[in-house]
Amino acid sequence: MPLEDAAPAGTMTTQLDAALGWARKYSIFQYPFVTACCGMEYMSTAASHYDMDRFGAGFPRFSPRQADCLLVVGTISHKMAPVLRRIYDQMASPKWVVAFGVCTCTGGFYNNYSTVQGIDTIVPVDLYIPGCPPRPETVIQGLTLLQEKIQKTGGRNR
Amino acid sequence: MNAAQGERRDIPAQSNHEALSALKAEGYNVLVDLTCVDYLPQGKSPRFDVIYRLMKFDLDGGNDLGRVEVHCSVDDKPVLRSVSDLWPIADWLEREVWDMFGVAFADRPDIKRLLMYEEFVGHALRKDYPIGKRQPLIGPKDGNLPMSPSFNILKPTIVGE
Amino acid sequence: MSERTQKTYLLNMGPQHPAMHGVVHLVLELEGERIVDTKVEIGYLHRAFEKHAESETWNNVVPWTDRLNYVSPLINNVGYAMAVETLAGITVPERGQYIRVIACEISRVTDHLTCVGASAMELGSLTVFLYLIKAREYLYQLVDQLTGARITTNFTRVGGVKGDLPADFAEKFRAVAAKVRECLRDSDALLTRNRIFMDRVEGTGVISKETAAAYGITGPFLRSTGVPYDVRRAHPYLVYDRFDFEIPVGSTGDNYDRYLVRMAEIEQSLRIVEQALAQIPDGKHSLEPAEIKYAYELEDMGKRGDTELISKYAAKVDQTLEGMGKDAAAGTRAPNRWATMPTKEQTYTNIEGLMNHFELVMWSWGIKIPPGQSYSAVEGGNGELGFHVVSDGTDGPYRVRCRPPCLYIMAALPQMLNGAQIADIIPTFGSVNMIAGELDR
Repeated sequence: MPLEDAAPAGTMTTQLDAALGWARKYSIFQYPFVTACCGMEYMSTAASHYDMDRFGAGFPRFSPRQADCLLVVGTISHKMAPVLRRIYDQMASPKWVVAFGVCTCTGGFYNNYSTVQGIDTIVPVDLYIPGCPPRPETVIQGLTLLQEKIQKTGGRNR
Repeated sequence: MNAAQGERRDIPAQSNHEALSALKAEGYNVLVDLTCVDYLPQGKSPRFDVIYRLMKFDLDGGNDLGRVEVHCSVDDKPVLRSVSDLWPIADWLEREVWDMFGVAFADRPDIKRLLMYEEFVGHALRKDYPIGKRQPLIGPKDGNLPMSPSFNILKPTIVGE
Repeated sequence: MSERTQKTYLLNMGPQHPAMHGVVHLVLELEGERIVDTKVEIGYLHRAFEKHAESETWNNVVPWTDRLNYVSPLINNVGYAMAVETLAGITVPERGQYIRVIACEISRVTDHLTCVGASAMELGSLTVFLYLIKAREYLYQLVDQLTGARITTNFTRVGGVKGDLPADFAEKFRAVAAKVRECLRDSDALLTRNRIFMDRVEGTGVISKETAAAYGITGPFLRSTGVPYDVRRAHPYLVYDRFDFEIPVGSTGDNYDRYLVRMAEIEQSLRIVEQALAQIPDGKHSLEPAEIKYAYELEDMGKRGDTELISKYAAKVDQTLEGMGKDAAAGTRAPNRWATMPTKEQTYTNIEGLMNHFELVMWSWGIKIPPGQSYSAVEGGNGELGFHVVSDGTDGPYRVRCRPPCLYIMAALPQMLNGAQIADIIPTFGSVNMIAGELDR
């Protein structure tokens, strides 16, 4: 629920928004929904060489109730899609969804009977990280872009 | 043809269980692989060629004492009998052959799919199943292959909405 | 009087695991903490590899094979290429075979490092995970220099490999091997005699060799039960019969043995690569021209029409095609012009090479493998990885069947889990090394 709706009419929340955005962007609790090969690059990014922890995103929360960023890593098939939707629904606001890898962005080169052609047909996506698999540097660039987005939207989110 | 392939034998589909039991009694104690090839475009009848790959395995020395590749031709009527009493792994491999090709097994009427979801209609690896034909469980209702890449309207759709 | 009834409780584990194993669904019937029955549901990552392979050309299938067992992609590349070459009767020259062996063994090391690291992490040892992923990172950088990509390598072609070893590969590998061994020593010190680790993995997930053979299980799983079966010894392929390596074998078939077998195999694989780098023959190319120009310069000359001058130069390919040393190019590709892509130097410097390349990549022209079927097996990270390839004489496969080693292990999972506690699932499932890309294809 946007912050302005809770406060009396006419209140502006610029500084508070900025503060909330700052706090949220540096403490991303990711839910790594790992399915396929991109998971290997996720592990590399999270490990000591590339280290996502220095961006504040180092603590994966393996329960959707406790996470705020759903990192969909790897191909989603039609058998898996209802599970993904359910996990997305179980997360509490504010939440962000990152489509990690080109299979989640558009289906990748798996244009077939069993692959979802982009998870944005199922869940709303905030950040697309293309690559097959994306190098850890790309993932970190994506993460910083996500942080900028979180800073801008601040307290407002779906 | 190499050692890992083994010599080819053909058996009639109606008596596959007897033939394979005889081979097991001969010492072929490991079922290496069970697969199928669809020969529809080549006009062969029966259209499917089910391949059993067996190995004589010496458990103590870890030696492969010989392999054999057994072929039998079937169509989609349930003629083949299941060999999961001979080799327990055949259960899953037969489920996969049913799922992907639709080759039915006479003594497994309630066979369950292995790789695709239950509601999927059809058998995916058959030559007459187009690769792009979509039957989504969740997602755009239209099951046709889009003419151009992803210019669909991008919004999440939930079944029932 | 009310009757006491005992009810079992159904618990879903999966399809989304917190552990980085991929997607599989275990339906557990529990009585308290004890597992009464297990049902394993797979297929959540079915990506239609076999269907796509039917609509691609022979070389175009190689990127699809990368994504099968995605922790050891080079082994899949090699397995598929070998199956096609067996069908076509092509022999890869020696240097190419040595390069394939080096690539396979490096991939095997990354596979085992990931498996042991991930399962150690689930048992609580995040440090070991970080050490082993650090070691894996060095290997990924090496693979990057060899093939151009860290994970999805697309390295082999029908008839050879994409490019030669970079010039300083041997020294780089020596440095990396030292670091990997150091990480292994540290992880070994942390885990192998660790009371907590041993209590979790010793005696759990036990499988007997008869059950393993009945389920067609191969690889480290079978070796942990005491059966010394390795495809590299049973059906030697490439140049494995020239190397001196041991096959580590367990005895009890529990998770501890599988852990020890995998750690020992990493060491053996490093030994094989060292021997291969020592033995690898030079493939001297007989290119004479004294002057070398960059390939793009030669292209520009060609567009200007200076075609006579082009043949006087040798092409130096730019860094995106790194690995194509001009001297060794002849040794990496089979000389069959109808099947093997010409080297980039040939493509850029003379018209015959260009035509050869063009014909092989043009749709419906390309490589044509004679009709027939062949099955060939390599030793994958999880066991015997087989490819059954059917050709009908056209430019692409008619059917490619991948025999996934971890399907057999997953089918036997109920045998290992029934009667155990829930906490035993974690080390057992970790030692299965289920790779969903391979399991579901």
